[in-house]
Amino acid sequence: MTDVANKVREILAEQAVIDVADVADDASLEDLGIDSLGLVESIFAIEEAFDVQVPFNANEPDAGDFDISSVAAIIRAVEGLVAGRT
Amino acid sequence: MKRVVITGQGTINALGADVARTKEAMREGRCGIGALDIRDVDRLTVKIGGQIKDYDPEALFNRQQIALYDRFTQFTLISAREAITQSGLVFHGELAARTGVVLGTSGGGMQTLDENYRSVYEDGKNRVHPFVVPKLMNNAAASHVTMEFNLKGPSFTVATACASSNHAMGQAFNMIRAGMAEVMVTGGSESLLCFGGVKAWEGLRVMSRDACRPFSANRNGMVQGEGAAVFVFEEYDHARARGAEILAEVVGFAMTSDATDIVMPSKQGAARAIAGALKDARLAPEDVGYINAHGTGTAANDKVECAAVSDVFGHHADDLMISSTKSMHGHLIGGTGAVELLACIMALTDGIIAPTINYEEPDPECALDVVPNVAREAEVQAVLSNAFAFGGLNAVLALRKAG
Repeated sequence: MTDVANKVREILAEQAVIDVADVADDASLEDLGIDSLGLVESIFAIEEAFDVQVPFNANEPDAGDFDISSVAAIIRAVEGLVAGRT
Repeated sequence: MKRVVITGQGTINALGADVARTKEAMREGRCGIGALDIRDVDRLTVKIGGQIKDYDPEALFNRQQIALYDRFTQFTLISAREAITQSGLVFHGELAARTGVVLGTSGGGMQTLDENYRSVYEDGKNRVHPFVVPKLMNNAAASHVTMEFNLKGPSFTVATACASSNHAMGQAFNMIRAGMAEVMVTGGSESLLCFGGVKAWEGLRVMSRDACRPFSANRNGMVQGEGAAVFVFEEYDHARARGAEILAEVVGFAMTSDATDIVMPSKQGAARAIAGALKDARLAPEDVGYINAHGTGTAANDKVECAAVSDVFGHHADDLMISSTKSMHGHLIGGTGAVELLACIMALTDGIIAPTINYEEPDPECALDVVPNVAREAEVQAVLSNAFAFGGLNAVLALRKAG
């Protein structure tokens, strides 16, 4: 388990008001009870935590490279952004 | 109840510095949205807006006035001058006492706030200009209109985010209807195109970086605009007695609250406001030929608004025209309903329906006649103007052709 993955799970857990241990990799944001406002707040927290820019527009959530379909997908996407950080 | 008519209109916005030029741009389907020219724009991810270009306040206001007038107040006064000049009214004595001002704005003196926060936080200054408070307060514009035109009746400012202007004009309408005032100067203004103003909106991730495309399947968000529009609402018999030119009659108004979510719109809340305005105006759904949509160009608003219109109008929803002029002038937030009322009046007086520009791909969830890309000639007898604000506060006005 990488540091990035742990931090992302912490952010999502805080948003969903659940234990980090309950943030399953295959869970969707909906499963966690995170709505659209919770999502933009989570993305803000991710940007602040990793000093990255997340390409996300609430009007076209499926556009762009930032996959939000599951916890594992979000972790992969954040890892990609962190790796590309200059 | 008294009848209420419109006898003057004025504006400045990204499409034009007066009503004639704004209407011309709407007829031509011209886009007023372009690259933002503001300080620190390189630190923004959203770099476009419906900004008023070639603006020269020194040509319109003296040094003392500029020291007191935030940009949103300047826009208001420019619009009020045009509207009151057109109405032909001069205010003194009993008429002055029976004329008030109700204006909408969301951010008020945001430019003043932005400049002075920058000065104390970023530049580390410990002193600000003495007029910061009277310049930034939300009622500054309304108050300066009362002073410039000697209007001594009931005046105040309404702040309900994107519905501010419609709420303001609804109050003005009902005050004349109830006999509280003879004339009301009403509308709204906004000037949020500064670093802090745009940065705040960026955070919500609902802004488009390239264009406002209401109802189009490829829409990707809203685009901010700035400016104002002001109208003279007048009691019908008063206008008739002095032989004033009547542009249109205000016949109905309704407001509702979604009571659901701070940003997501509700079909029921919107539908109740639309139906309420029809009922208040004693209009049948079939009477309405045009709706100026809230039409922000966000995924959520446009589909919810179309569903609400379909619910209220039934089969007639397919026969009426509905367009979003935000595609041209941007979203003026607290001033938007006022600028959009210009399109409603143009439909009634000129028989021209302003288009929804940037329309590229049909969206099955917005399957109404959105007057795509090109203005249309059409005789309409009654129109509606929708405004649905963040916070779930909805306000819909109904207008009818004069005469």
